[in-house]
Amino acid sequence: MTITTNSGNRGLQIEQPLIFEQNTKGDTAVDLPPIPQVRTRLGTMQRQGRIGLPGLSEPEVVRHYTRLSQKNYSIDTGFYPLGSCTMKHNPRLNEKMARLPGFAEIHPFQPVSTIQGAFELIDTCAAWLKELTGMVAVAMSPAAGAHGELCGLLCIRAAHEANGQGHRKVVLVPESAHGTNPATAALAGYTVEAVPATEDGHVDLEALKTKLSDQVAAVMITNPNTCGLFEKDAIAIAEAVHAAGAYFYMDGANYNAIVGRLKIADLGVDAMHINLHKTFSTPHGGGGPGAGPTVLSAKLAPFAPVPQVVKVGEGYDAVEHAGDPRSPQAFGRMKGYHGQFGVFVRAVSYMMALGADGLYQASGDAVLNANYIMARLSAELTPAFAGPCMHECVFDDRFLKGTGVSTLDFAKALIDEGFHPPTMYFPLVVHGALLIEPTETESKASLDQFIEAVLALAQKAKTGTAADEFRARPLLAPRRRLDETKAARKPVLRWKPIEGGAAPTVARQAAE
Amino acid sequence: MRYLPLSDTNRRDMLAAIGVGSVDELFRDLPKSALASAKFKLPNTASEIEVERALSKMAAKNLDCTKAPAFLGAGNYRHHTPASLDYLIQRGEFLTAYTPYQPEISQGTLQAIFEFQTQVALITGMEVANASMYDGATACAEAVAMAARVTKRSKALVSGTVHPHYRDVTATAMRFLDVDVDLLAPDPYGIEDLIGRIDNELACVVVQTPGFFGSLKDYTALADACHAAGALLVVCVTEPVALGLITPPGHIGADIVVGEGQSLAGPMSFGGPGVGLFATREKFLRQMPGRLAGETTDEEGRRGWVLTLSTREQHIRREKATSNICTNSGLIALAFSIHMTLLGEAGFVRLAELNHANTVLLAERLEKVKGVKVIPSTFFNEFAVALPKPAADVVEALAKRGILGGVPASRFYPTYPELQDVLLLSATETNTESDMDALVAALKEVL
Amino acid sequence: MSEVRYTKDHEWVRIEGATAVVGITDFAQGQLGDIVFVEVPAAGKDLTAGGEAAVVESVKAASEVYAPLSGKVVEGNAALPDAPETVNQDPHGKGWFFKMTLNNPAEVSGLMDQAAYDKFVADLS
Repeated sequence: MTITTNSGNRGLQIEQPLIFEQNTKGDTAVDLPPIPQVRTRLGTMQRQGRIGLPGLSEPEVVRHYTRLSQKNYSIDTGFYPLGSCTMKHNPRLNEKMARLPGFAEIHPFQPVSTIQGAFELIDTCAAWLKELTGMVAVAMSPAAGAHGELCGLLCIRAAHEANGQGHRKVVLVPESAHGTNPATAALAGYTVEAVPATEDGHVDLEALKTKLSDQVAAVMITNPNTCGLFEKDAIAIAEAVHAAGAYFYMDGANYNAIVGRLKIADLGVDAMHINLHKTFSTPHGGGGPGAGPTVLSAKLAPFAPVPQVVKVGEGYDAVEHAGDPRSPQAFGRMKGYHGQFGVFVRAVSYMMALGADGLYQASGDAVLNANYIMARLSAELTPAFAGPCMHECVFDDRFLKGTGVSTLDFAKALIDEGFHPPTMYFPLVVHGALLIEPTETESKASLDQFIEAVLALAQKAKTGTAADEFRARPLLAPRRRLDETKAARKPVLRWKPIEGGAAPTVARQAAE
Repeated sequence: MRYLPLSDTNRRDMLAAIGVGSVDELFRDLPKSALASAKFKLPNTASEIEVERALSKMAAKNLDCTKAPAFLGAGNYRHHTPASLDYLIQRGEFLTAYTPYQPEISQGTLQAIFEFQTQVALITGMEVANASMYDGATACAEAVAMAARVTKRSKALVSGTVHPHYRDVTATAMRFLDVDVDLLAPDPYGIEDLIGRIDNELACVVVQTPGFFGSLKDYTALADACHAAGALLVVCVTEPVALGLITPPGHIGADIVVGEGQSLAGPMSFGGPGVGLFATREKFLRQMPGRLAGETTDEEGRRGWVLTLSTREQHIRREKATSNICTNSGLIALAFSIHMTLLGEAGFVRLAELNHANTVLLAERLEKVKGVKVIPSTFFNEFAVALPKPAADVVEALAKRGILGGVPASRFYPTYPELQDVLLLSATETNTESDMDALVAALKEVL
Repeated sequence: MSEVRYTKDHEWVRIEGATAVVGITDFAQGQLGDIVFVEVPAAGKDLTAGGEAAVVESVKAASEVYAPLSGKVVEGNAALPDAPETVNQDPHGKGWFFKMTLNNPAEVSGLMDQAAYDKFVADLS
């Protein structure tokens, strides 16, 4: 059914043209004080001609972005069972703390005596991460998970080079790994070899052992893994990896399942990044910013990149240069300034709020919620692995066999039910995967509503006559399915003025 | 705990539905030895008031820029944040959304990215821009890696005008990709010879405008020399407000423009999170890292946006991807874009003019102070000065008088004796003339 | 007189005397879905049997096209980059990727004939 209105709007869903297409008075929404008259010192580099930016008034801008926001799904508005992404409630206290002028309005190169509180904040965040993981050091500057992976692998490479093991060029990565793992290994100058999984969704320890050699630099293993299972052989894996002279990198993307329950140092881990935007609930913001501090074992700690906050007497200082004698083996610098400071503030606010007991309860509830969903959905869906799972559960598409409904169609139908779809077709080792991660911040009522909707859809799919209806979903979202082929074949990646205009002009001029 | 909705009754009912007796049973795959030894020396749950007290106490130990005249730049600038900007980015539909992989229910984020890409392309004078990188420094490293892919060469020349953190991050990243990076000495006086160093093995030359020490240079001839040698010109911009007033890098022949968007995207926040800007020519599109939003239509023919050309990225190409970047700086890119939209062409140009005028006023005052020499003859909103004594000592003495009087070059280059007396000073629209008078008065005392 | 052979990576190769034309099979294009990008090799490029020769991408997948035989590229199909959908529409005809010379015609015997490839595909599903 196509709904037609004269305006193109549909009730609360209002069509919004690009800012470049809006017919406005062409001025600004920001009034500034008068500009002092001076002799400019721009030399020959003064800009000639217009830039091509439109000019809107403040009410127009506020309405523009408010309307855009209403076309988004979000954690604040609904259940987001997106496996491997950990979409949990983002407390507003964290936002409030990040906006304290003493944190927000400080510059990274103020004299050290004027930013002792900032260093204390970073050190506090580091102290919590070290105590929770049992690791001896943490590199705070990586900007996101993939950046943290790179930090860990570069520490490993620096350590091998320092120990005369620079010839080791292979990183072993399980087939089920997230795409960032092999991409990161390549950026660290390593070649990747895949490790197969067993039928029950774990790393194949025996296969891993046969791949270990004096050419292997590291093994990267996500734990809990992307199938939502804890690698019960983790300690044996670490022992085998160490016996072969390699390092054990644990991808901490799923650390939220075990935080507050065990210390990963006790598993023999040498390095692990922690996605503060997952485990410690800093907001995803539609794709970042995140932060990926990387905890390190004693063997890798000397190679951690700068900057590093260090205690000096009662106060703090920062090691800001790779050549600093306080950190002579630092492998270099990965990011400008002091890392994702604003994200650290939010994470500390969250960690303090939960505390040790709250974090224990949080990982417990996250795992309980996932197992509850797995148990109840198994009535109609086909779990890929036997339970119990950790913080997420994965189903394959056997339950859709012969129905004409694909995983994609099934997930898109959930949009019309008011839910964000689960992660689809990942992990790659599960055919037609649906990966569901509820997190600990969903109520039982919210889970039950989701479960009932999924079960009803599964029953409908199994009638074998609903394929066309599923294929048309979603019907009730701001947009129907979008043509990704068209977008990729002839990419339109920015607005351009109407053909024939020599330079970019604002829509206002075209309209007048 | 207030963030956890389950009641004990809920938990019991759910365990019964699962068919286990306790939550601990669900964790049975975790090694017993590790579970037994886990003791955490950490405090327990805290109320909002308690968290606020603890963090406010920490924040109060900093001298923040709302409490002191501040003239700090060096790649991180304090600008006024319009009230509506901070309101809009705190809307939950932006703040608490994931990466827009489900386009039907992410059109808000996607359209905003498309507008951001357009704005970045327009102000840099380039053809296409991506949806953001982590920050300016990592964007610079990605640009050099991209130049190496495009040219199939493995040497890069980095000017002494480039921000030292951009240089360090680039050198670190390229060392592991076997790209040979030649970092020229820091160049406050604008004497380095880039063109004379270009050869046919070079993947790219990296410069910055305005330069780290403030100067504005015309790189047209450099661009021509790069292209004649088959190399790319990468231009860094650490202060995008400058692009309201100066010739954009795309107009002088840049092939890749990278930059830091923080100055237009909200508070300094101690340098992070920022947002990396990345723009290039259409012909290099396939070698560009990072996410891209593109225009298309839905099944009813209505215009909409999707993430596109994702075969370049890690989740599809894995070890052959253009970069390993996944999470980027979405919300900060949105803040940048909203600020650009609020400013519009007229506001953006006026903001740049006001920054420049205030900085000229600052320079004119400092030029009258005995022993102080303004180094660059051209600049935008920042310049280096030579002092008669070590700049780090001067800055500490100014801080004791309640003034944040610039960034000493030695903070970045501790091993260069010729830079010990060099101080970087910046003025933006947030600085008043009385701030400047206070700085000058204090400076006269400490020099 | 031409004969068509197949690889396990789903390339077809049509031997025409001392040269060969290479493309991807109908099965391969069906698996990839809507093809959105094609990169063909430049004339003069040396190819080794099994080495990477061209790139083909759909929205959700990127794949290498491997050289079925060793030799040198004579011509890449210049029409494909602007019209990648041709590979979906006519994979065995206008959707060819490149023409090459053969260094070692004996390599042909290592490839599958039509019947063997049909069976190979049937066994996959």
